[in-house]
Amino acid sequence: MISRTIVRLGVRSVFGRWRGALLFVLPLVLIAVSVLVRVLVGENETGAQHTLQGLGLVVIVPLVALLATSGLLAPEIDDGSVSYLLAKPISRYTIVMSKLVVAAVCVVVFAAVPLFIAGLVMLTSSPSLAVGFGVGSVAGGLAYCALFALLSVMSRHAVVIGLIYLLIWEGLLGGLLDGVRWLSITRWSEAVIGELADLELVEDLPVTYAVIATAVVLVLGTWLTGQRLRAFNLTGDE
Amino acid sequence: MSSPSDSEPAGAPTGVIHDLGYRPYGGPRLGERAVARAFFVTGLRNTYGLGRSGRSKVLPFILLGVMLLPALILVGVLVQARNILGLNEQIVAYSTYPLTTQLLISVFVASQAPALISRDLRFRTITLYLARPMRRTTYVLVRLASLTVATFLLIGAPLLLMYVGGLLADLPVGRETGRFLGAIVGAALLAACLSGLAALVAALTVRRGLAVAAVIVVLLVSYTVVATIQGISGDAGRPAVGEVAGLFSPYTLVNGVQVFLFDSPAATNTPPSSDAMGLVYLLAVVLTVGGAIGGLLARYRTVHP
Repeated sequence: MISRTIVRLGVRSVFGRWRGALLFVLPLVLIAVSVLVRVLVGENETGAQHTLQGLGLVVIVPLVALLATSGLLAPEIDDGSVSYLLAKPISRYTIVMSKLVVAAVCVVVFAAVPLFIAGLVMLTSSPSLAVGFGVGSVAGGLAYCALFALLSVMSRHAVVIGLIYLLIWEGLLGGLLDGVRWLSITRWSEAVIGELADLELVEDLPVTYAVIATAVVLVLGTWLTGQRLRAFNLTGDE
Repeated sequence: MSSPSDSEPAGAPTGVIHDLGYRPYGGPRLGERAVARAFFVTGLRNTYGLGRSGRSKVLPFILLGVMLLPALILVGVLVQARNILGLNEQIVAYSTYPLTTQLLISVFVASQAPALISRDLRFRTITLYLARPMRRTTYVLVRLASLTVATFLLIGAPLLLMYVGGLLADLPVGRETGRFLGAIVGAALLAACLSGLAALVAALTVRRGLAVAAVIVVLLVSYTVVATIQGISGDAGRPAVGEVAGLFSPYTLVNGVQVFLFDSPAATNTPPSSDAMGLVYLLAVVLTVGGAIGGLLARYRTVHP
């Protein structure tokens, strides 16, 4: 199901040039802010929760997922070298799964673990908040990876479309309109975190629905990406 | 078969450049200034997709429309319900508007900076530009000017709409004009800071997608971090930390400068409270723009035509 060679190549393309540096900067910024918050207000549950949610879950997790996923498929499609990969007798689903494994590892290493550490730094006495945010960010991050992978095989402007989706739908409208919670990956992971850490981050969103919805996005995104790659058309636009 | 050298006597010319009668360009040759002017106008048009494919026009014009929409609604409410609600000033202050709509401004800058800058490097168009009588410095400054003016138009258009609407709703002319002019200066500073940073990031990578993501990461993460720190330091009763933090995001920085220079209502938790801090904010704006220009010039010094 997973091809080790593709995983190895994927790791190299994610950490090539500038992308790797950006991936390292994001968690460092998060941990630096958490240390500053701890120094400023001590162990304060509201402060910790606001920081982890507003900076970690809403900004860092989706951006890490976007940076990791957009480094896997889009550059190859862009310069046409994907045809060499597609010419190999490997199932297209295996290709997608192998690439997503790399993205998933990136999400865990550069988003979930830093969120967990930041949670521990800010609230050492009750680690359930840190655990909740760690687990929730894995769930949300994986769903984002599947979604962005699908975007990157559907359009050459995947990064721009993904960012607009993140900023406008998840960020701007998600904050203004309550109904968006039924169709927002970040809100789903907030429901999961709420269940684990015994908080109320998002109102009136059953955790069962959140888990099922996240799983559906993950599976459907991966499957559709493979489906799309099966009948991939190597034509340029513009 | 004999070669030409056999039949011709030694010493005679062996090659002739034939005059085929093509007519050379005999008109006036415009210098660097005209090239720079044309280049500036083309760059400005390109940021809004004019002169590019229909697809590239979609995003900038949608963003411009969405920028104007809240201003239009605010003006409508102001004109219609001024007496009912007892309003005597703009519902949202001019200086707060760019902060409220900052996501849209960030997307515009992030999508258009690579369109102007990364593509020239990636497709080596820069070779052709530098072959003209235009120096590298001019190329960098003109590109930056196009981006800055385009961003300024995006930020300034809704402010102008609010100003005109405010005058139509009979708000005091003198006061509104003063506030509007202050906000326009702020918009120009914000456009310069954002364009400088975005252009610098875009010049460091040739991949368009990565450049877009990198600019968004820089602008969005810096703003979120600053907003988090400002919120917490305000609550914790340590506003000085928040004031220093405000220096690190273009949006809070320019808002602080507007509070300092024009006494605008603050849009952040911890605006600069003392004159010294205000001067530091002003200095930070100068350093941001100057540093971005310096960085760009240094980057382009190593570009080989």
